Amino acid sequence: MTKYTYTEKKDTRSGFGAGLLEAGKRNPKVVALCADLIGSLKMQDFINAFPERFVQVGIAEANMIGIAAGMTIGGHIPFTGTFANFSTGRVYDQIRQSVAYSDKNVKICASHAGLTLGEDGATHQILEDIGMMKMLPGMTVINPCDFNQTKAATIAIAEHHGPVYLRFGRPVVPIFTAPDQVFEIGKAWMVNEGTDVTIIATGHLVWEAIQAGEQLEAMGISAEIINIHTIKPLDEEAILKSVAKTKCVVTAEEHNRLGGLGDSVAQVLVKNTPYPQEYIAVNDSFGESGIPEQLMAKYGLDAKHIVDAAQKAIQRKG
Amino acid sequence: MTKNIQELQGIASQVRRDILRMVHGCQSGHPGGSLGCTDYIVALYFAIMKHDPSFNMDGIGEDLFFLSNGHISPVFYSVLAHAGYFDKAELKTFRKLDSRLQGHPTTHEHLPGVRVASGSLGQGLSVGIGAALSKKLNGDDRLVFTLHGDGELQEGQIWEAAMFAPHHKVDNLIVAIDVNGQQIDGPTNLVMSLGDLPAKWAAFGWEVLQIKGNDMAQVVEGIEKAISMTGHGKPVVILMQTDMGFGVDFMMGSHKWHGVAPNDAQLEQALGQLEETLGDY
Repeated sequence: MTKYTYTEKKDTRSGFGAGLLEAGKRNPKVVALCADLIGSLKMQDFINAFPERFVQVGIAEANMIGIAAGMTIGGHIPFTGTFANFSTGRVYDQIRQSVAYSDKNVKICASHAGLTLGEDGATHQILEDIGMMKMLPGMTVINPCDFNQTKAATIAIAEHHGPVYLRFGRPVVPIFTAPDQVFEIGKAWMVNEGTDVTIIATGHLVWEAIQAGEQLEAMGISAEIINIHTIKPLDEEAILKSVAKTKCVVTAEEHNRLGGLGDSVAQVLVKNTPYPQEYIAVNDSFGESGIPEQLMAKYGLDAKHIVDAAQKAIQRKG
Repeated sequence: MTKNIQELQGIASQVRRDILRMVHGCQSGHPGGSLGCTDYIVALYFAIMKHDPSFNMDGIGEDLFFLSNGHISPVFYSVLAHAGYFDKAELKTFRKLDSRLQGHPTTHEHLPGVRVASGSLGQGLSVGIGAALSKKLNGDDRLVFTLHGDGELQEGQIWEAAMFAPHHKVDNLIVAIDVNGQQIDGPTNLVMSLGDLPAKWAAFGWEVLQIKGNDMAQVVEGIEKAISMTGHGKPVVILMQTDMGFGVDFMMGSHKWHGVAPNDAQLEQALGQLEETLGDY
């Protein structure tokens, strides 16, 4: 098992803030919009550096998406910022008509995704956003795993022409990827090569998958771990190459079991090599208030549950 | 580009004929609001806006127009065709399979002249504001025009945008509202009354103008006055009183022609009336 260590934990939203500043430095056409959540989205450094390229929209997310779509006309590259819930479900129609169907170069940047927003509870959490966004034709959907990868992804999407949904979160998670990495949209990252089971994880569950891999190794089970940071377009080649070897899969995501990464992987498998698959995801329910670690455990998203799922998947392949 | 009033009326008459033929041709679409807004859009494209039919999406150095009430696409398409954005023969494909002239405007089919999809109501003002902000950042001193139906003002996003534009001094923006008092389910005052529109827009911090939208001279004069009010820290709204179905007596003022196509006899009658009342310029 490849060893991954860390010396620091940080929130992925801070990776977005750092990436936005860097993207702004590299390209004068990058602009940012926010719906009254500058602190939550870590946009202050960008605002300090480029005050004329920031737009405070107030608590009006639909208007923010429309303004962003309009700002692309003239060549600007708008990054919108609010919570994932208000970045997607609240403004689905605005994204669908004014951004995706209109092929506008808008980057929808969504913090506080998933359960681990924590204490605010289900009104502010969202577990359906990946599904909604991946169903929009032309939309790229990205869910990076730690601070460094979120920063790299933010820089990369500024250079990519087309609508992007970038998802990140509030809790601090280990920083285990390289600070100087190049983020390649649509290209899976092989975290660990193995032979008995493929674990396909996204977001900060990649770290849980690594921990699960170490526990499985202690049990004599070799896990291949793949970080799918880009859920759409999906790196089908990497998935099929891995399952051809391991012949069973666990998918892990902080999202509803219906419509997320797991279903995207299942579609690939059923069209090609239908091997057993186990889902680590929220089982079609809303979340609730709690601290992130408690919620991860209660809703079955932590390393322990990934280990159990891997054993079950291996049993199912017979 | 600038035409005199009689020439503009002549173009408007041709456009109204196109609208009726297009909607009749596919037995689908929205003739009422299209006929009512013809004068305004013709005036913009043939007397007011600096624009280039060779078309590029960014439109830097040009005035931009966004049709927010996308269901009146027939008038938009006809004006674009007459202005040279594409061949007028393409108007026959309206709402038919494989056409670039979708039921509601779209960029997806790469129709020259269309910069954003519209049809789901309430979104165009936000987009227009964004385009106006983009012009300011680019140091581009041309203007952004948007058009909306009065029923569309029932959408909340309009008022989010209405609050935003004066706060951010978006003063390179001219918004027109087609106040025809009709929507699909009936007169707007019965479906969901809009109250005192001039007072509402003024209270949000806009410069407000009121004109008769089916009087070409007044339309041109109104837009020119609106332009004179730009650049002073406030956006401008033109409340434009029109008749739904203007030019065709059996359509005029009736919400029943919001989204109904004329049959063969009605088309013939309507085309004849347009010649009689508006003249064949």
